[in-house]
Amino acid sequence: MKFGEAVREALDFCLGADPDVVVMGLGVPDPKGVFGTTVGLQKKHGAKRVMDMPTAENGMTGVLLGATLAGLRPVMVHQRLDFAVLAVEQIVNQAAKWRYMYGGRQSAPLVFRLITGRGWGQGTQHAQSLHSWFAHIPGLKVVMPATPGDAKGLLISAVEDDDPVVFIEHRWLHGVHGDVPAGAHRVPLGSARVARAGHDVTLFGVSYMVLECLRAAEFLAEHGVSAEVFDPRTLRPFDEAAFLASVRKTGRLVVADTSWTFSGFSAEAAALAADKAFSALKAPIKRLGLADCPMPSTPALANLCYPRAQELVDAAWSVCGKAGPAPRLPAPTTPLDVPDPSFTGPF
Amino acid sequence: MQRAVRLDLYRRLLRLRLVEERIAELYPQQEMRCPVHLSIGQEAAAVGVCAALEKGDWSMSGHRPHAHYLAMGGDLNAMMAELYGRATGCCGGKGGSMHLIDRKAGFMGATAIVASTIPMAVGAAFGSQVRGEKRVVVSFLGDAAVEEGVFHEAANFAVLKKLPVVFACENNLYSVYSGLGVRQPKGRVIHRQAASYGMKALAGDGNDVEESLALARQAVAWARSGKGPVFLELATYRWREHCGPNYDNDLGYRTMKEYRAWRKLCPLEAYERVLRKAKLLGDAELGLMRKDIAAELDAAVRFAKDSPAPDPKTLMTDVYAGAA
Ligand SMILES: Cc1ncc(C[n+]2csc(CCOP(=O)(O)OP(=O)(O)O)c2C)c(N)n1
Ligand SMILES: [Mg+2]
Repeated sequence: MKFGEAVREALDFCLGADPDVVVMGLGVPDPKGVFGTTVGLQKKHGAKRVMDMPTAENGMTGVLLGATLAGLRPVMVHQRLDFAVLAVEQIVNQAAKWRYMYGGRQSAPLVFRLITGRGWGQGTQHAQSLHSWFAHIPGLKVVMPATPGDAKGLLISAVEDDDPVVFIEHRWLHGVHGDVPAGAHRVPLGSARVARAGHDVTLFGVSYMVLECLRAAEFLAEHGVSAEVFDPRTLRPFDEAAFLASVRKTGRLVVADTSWTFSGFSAEAAALAADKAFSALKAPIKRLGLADCPMPSTPALANLCYPRAQELVDAAWSVCGKAGPAPRLPAPTTPLDVPDPSFTGPF
Repeated sequence: MQRAVRLDLYRRLLRLRLVEERIAELYPQQEMRCPVHLSIGQEAAAVGVCAALEKGDWSMSGHRPHAHYLAMGGDLNAMMAELYGRATGCCGGKGGSMHLIDRKAGFMGATAIVASTIPMAVGAAFGSQVRGEKRVVVSFLGDAAVEEGVFHEAANFAVLKKLPVVFACENNLYSVYSGLGVRQPKGRVIHRQAASYGMKALAGDGNDVEESLALARQAVAWARSGKGPVFLELATYRWREHCGPNYDNDLGYRTMKEYRAWRKLCPLEAYERVLRKAKLLGDAELGLMRKDIAAELDAAVRFAKDSPAPDPKTLMTDVYAGAA
């Protein structure tokens, strides 16, 4: 099953399991259904629970936060994370504080599904991955699945969670296939996953970067480097124990993020490793992220912004103290600005 | 209206149509690698409004800016090159189709976040007012943009300060595949809602270029005279898919009946009929116009395709002032 279908299955499950769950967002019931992730849900669960909304992100976020007072458990969907930036007031000032500032007398069981764009000229305002912002905020939970199974399992857990959860999907994962358990499949928030075991270096990937880490690890294995791929799955709560176990095991860490490194989540991972696993580290920590500029539209420049498996191989090679230049992966056969050859734009 | 003015209006309509049809035709070559939102079917509103402006006036737009940029006199070569992601593009390739700009032509920018240029246009008018510059600023927006909070916040301020702003709202009934019915209450009349803020409100047929121009002239005159902002709602319809070069009626979010009815109201054909009837336009003039525009377009496409991709060194420029 594809990642996007797994998201849909999770929503379908939650809507079926709990009459208080509602799904709202621009285009949710439209024929394309948010990249297929909401198709058919309105028909099955009714227009009262699955609905479109006015183009009013901040206001509608507050409306849904208010609806939790009456007992609803809303899922709000944004086709681009960038649109949720309009609602940062309600998410950060309000929802995140709801439980704490009322001394536990309130609860904000909301889920924000935010989709991070990439490729095909998405540009400055349609390709931001601002998970580090959200992960910075006590009171918010931040989930970034990398596989279809985790997408379903984590989304169900997010909807059932009593706190606001920012659930970030990378657009380039929607078409990725994987096994998805049927029915009530739950992955607990705050549990990481070792996507591939290894002992020389830990490749820490966020969201789509897990795939690049796996590509790199596979290639490194052919060249005598055993890389472990660590997928945090949720950034907050963060599975510190699993992370530190991996770093202690390999003694080397490369963090690959879908966003900028400066002041970003990769810095948090590096700091945690340095703080709590310093004695295990055999080499300086390396971080890979976007070029430190807004995302340009033209592929000629955008293609330069994203780290890929090759950069991970280079980084792993270097922290492992390997002699000579790192081996080169075969050149990609599809253009760099599309997730797969079937994608022909425009959105 | 004078013959020359009418022929010029027609020519502008035709030019917008041919430019965007060319984009639609070339898009499948996959060399324009950015989302494009075409204004085919909505040209008369852009042409009418911009024709009412004077040199020195400004406008801003949103995700569907090609028509506004060109109607303001934006450079065609630079727009095509921007769509092709080239160094010679109006943003050097960094913006793409949704972020056109030509300051010389008074087109001060467009952005991809719905409604976000509305307060900016109000601010441009505010800045101009503070500096004593007699300038009218047009904010192009869609029917969905009035659902955003910033519209209401900016409208309030524009009225408060009597700012010379014209909110030109192209009501094409849809936001992506969502009709007005799921976004605004039944019976809502957008320009009347705007009027409730205390601004002048006008409305008319956005597929009739002369009507659009006449209304825009009224609006611009009002704004320029210091009486404050005007909301101008122009009814129109997007022919092609929300984003991209194709048609999307097969999706079923709107009826073929509705689509066909609007197709009959083609702003270009309607005006052609008017001009032919008035004996201002015949096959010969039309042929000549088409040939001229096609030549201009051929050159623009060639310019774009022949232009170099941006130098990788420019990736890190423009993040801050002073860094080249
Ligand atoms: C804040 C924000 N929310 C959602 C979107 C996604 N989006 C892009 S275009 C569009 C439709 C806007 O409709 P309208 O303003 O009527 O303009 P039209 O496309 O009809 O010209 C939407 C919702 C966005 N770009 N920005
Ligand atoms: Mg519209």
